[in-house]
Amino acid sequence: MGGHGTSPCASCKLLRRRCSHDCIFAPYFPSDDPYKFAIVHKVFGASNVSKMLQELPVHQRTDAASSLVYEANARVRDPVYGCVGAISSLQKQVSELQMQLAVAQAEILSIQMQRQPVVLPTQQIDTCIDDEKSYFLHNNLPQYLNFPSSSSGNGDSLKREGIFGHDMVS
Amino acid sequence: MVNVRCATCKYLRRRCPSDCIFSPYFPSNNPQRFESVHRIYGASNVAKMLEQLPSSLRPQAAETLCYEAESRIQDPVYGCAAIIFQLQQQLHNTECELAKTRAEIAIIRSNGHGQESDIYSADEY
Repeated sequence: MGGHGTSPCASCKLLRRRCSHDCIFAPYFPSDDPYKFAIVHKVFGASNVSKMLQELPVHQRTDAASSLVYEANARVRDPVYGCVGAISSLQKQVSELQMQLAVAQAEILSIQMQRQPVVLPTQQIDTCIDDEKSYFLHNNLPQYLNFPSSSSGNGDSLKREGIFGHDMVS
Repeated sequence: MVNVRCATCKYLRRRCPSDCIFSPYFPSNNPQRFESVHRIYGASNVAKMLEQLPSSLRPQAAETLCYEAESRIQDPVYGCAAIIFQLQQQLHNTECELAKTRAEIAIIRSNGHGQESDIYSADEY
């Protein structure tokens, strides 16, 4: 935290101003990671970030700062599609996996039916098919904008990094 | 011919030049669209981002900026990062389900007749 004889936060360093004891940025943009603030400033602008943080209760600001850094990173990596590219890529992966799952579940049904020549009560078959439909209905998120991603690896790298990557806010 | 100002120039109360960077993507009939991006990114940042792109890619960029701005307005803490997290969770769950189902298939195939009752209903036997 700035303003007590310690070094100014990354924001105040970049903005070349005095870092007050109640600096809105200091808890979330420490001086040892100047890149984090630089990138949100580039995409959103310091005053917009400040406004957004001020409008939130204190206990939500850490996550808000992290998600802003995340979105800013996504926009810098993919200036056309930003986070939407990642969303599209993930949606596609989810759809493909759901199809593979449906095929695998159908295969189990098919093996069952082949090995049990006695006709199963229709109630049981209908239940299996209804369960499958209900799985699709329950698990299909609404389709977002159908954007491709200009960077193909977005979804995979997000999978490995997790939502906020490594140490977005220390 | 009357020159209609785009939503941006109307909002900023300025003349809308013929080469206005905003006007193809922020028409005057949808002022809310520009207000959202301006609130989150600021007009000058949006202009900078659009200017850095070839004109063929600007429509998509404007669209995604609008989408992300709207998401942030609706969810001021996580914005559209919440959707990404949800999708990552769903991806993980589906992968686990798929692995489990494929393992079941492998078990059924390797066990052959008579033992699927261990997995499925046993009331036929």
